Amino acid sequence: MATHEVTFPVTDPAEILKLRAGDEVVVQGHIIGIRDRTQMRIFDEGVEPPMDLAGAFLLHTAPGVRKLGPGRYEKICIGTTTSARMVRFTEPLGTQYGVRAICGKGGFPDEAIEPMHRLGMVYFAIVGGAAALETTQIEEIEEVAWEELMPECLWKFRVKDFGPLTVGIDAHGGSLYRDVQERARKKLEDIYARL
Amino acid sequence: MTTATTTDLDVAVGNAAAHLYVWALKDIPQDLRDALARAAETETSVTGQRVLQTILRNVNVAEDEKNLVCQDTGIAVYYCRVGEHFPLHPARIYAALKDGTERATIEHPLRSNTVHTLTRENTGQNVGYRVPIVHWDFIPDWDGLDVKCVPKGSGSENMSFLKMCVPADGVRGIKEFVLESIVGAGGKPCPPGIVGVGIGGSADYAMHLAKEAIARPVGTRNEDPLVAELEDDLYGLLNETGIGPMGLGGDVTVLSVHVEHADTHMTLNPVAVNYQCWAARRASAHIAADGAIEYERDA
Repeated sequence: MATHEVTFPVTDPAEILKLRAGDEVVVQGHIIGIRDRTQMRIFDEGVEPPMDLAGAFLLHTAPGVRKLGPGRYEKICIGTTTSARMVRFTEPLGTQYGVRAICGKGGFPDEAIEPMHRLGMVYFAIVGGAAALETTQIEEIEEVAWEELMPECLWKFRVKDFGPLTVGIDAHGGSLYRDVQERARKKLEDIYARL
Repeated sequence: MTTATTTDLDVAVGNAAAHLYVWALKDIPQDLRDALARAAETETSVTGQRVLQTILRNVNVAEDEKNLVCQDTGIAVYYCRVGEHFPLHPARIYAALKDGTERATIEHPLRSNTVHTLTRENTGQNVGYRVPIVHWDFIPDWDGLDVKCVPKGSGSENMSFLKMCVPADGVRGIKEFVLESIVGAGGKPCPPGIVGVGIGGSADYAMHLAKEAIARPVGTRNEDPLVAELEDDLYGLLNETGIGPMGLGGDVTVLSVHVEHADTHMTLNPVAVNYQCWAARRASAHIAADGAIEYERDA
């Protein structure tokens, strides 16, 4: 398992293709915060997002913030939510907006494997609940759109040494979640035979 | 342990709730810290170690930065043990807990999660209709009040499961359902955490017991030796599944299994599973009849 540093947004697809399930990744640059209602507005209501998502790293989050002034927010506690609820947005995020990485906790179901393989995307697993640490790695909230969806707005964060992340699903058809489930199911058969 | 004295019991209970809610979110109990450290000592997978080391680092950062351990401030749940002679009526205790929860949310400020269940509109400052959720026990021949605050995150609460096993399914049916639930949950509830299991009673009571089980200190054992044996069996079996920290594979899938039981109908065998994430937050206070508050993190 290799260790990588990747700066987002990416322009070179090779930056994504070099990553393999299980690898450790630390992220620099800019990342976009997004959640259920943000993506429902984009895809179910057909509203164009007012931020460029090409080559982007999306984080499943609804941050705790303090308002400083119009459109300006200070971070209080920023953590990551369960990704599985939002898996259906994976393919359109890739095809319509060129998103390259989705980061959350708990993993994506197997239906994400094929579109991520086809579109050259990865899923990064963050450590769920480790929000105090995550907050220190977010340097600044640079932009916010759709404030009326607070806290499920569209957020732009500048990050430094964001991680460690684990590649959960890579762009080559690999998924740690599928592998872990397959092994666990086999193990359950052994366990049930012993009960 | 710190002590404060007020004369107004409404205010005392409200203050205790406000303090407990924030404190629970920032400073996790020692038994949980020890369990996480032990997990890091035994985990052999690379990804599992990466996760557990990050968790331990996060607990320290929360302490240094005086920040929340996890951004999910949860749904506020309180467990109250009310003495028969405690001078404040439970209706007033409830109002004070609600006031304290709201005050903590505004003053910190904390992220507000509570929404109307149909419209999904935010209902205010982590309070709303029937929120906070309060569980009651009434204690004869006593004049005190114990309050335990358990802010419950949604990632783990979404991984709650109920099965009405039949009597012929026996203990085997109980074990299979718990195993199936935890393997199916995978990384979603932020493992390794505490698995709460409620058995017996009725459908609703089994889930109530499962929730009560996750609020116990990590590694405590049920007083009934038969139930304690089930806890140990399930702990061993769940840690054979290889789900591992954050579901990325590894040796440590759960920190502890707590089972609570009630007698049941001869044709019932209900099993409820309620998961508590690794950030198993809880904090307690004892309020005396004169309003003196004594805080206890590890109860």
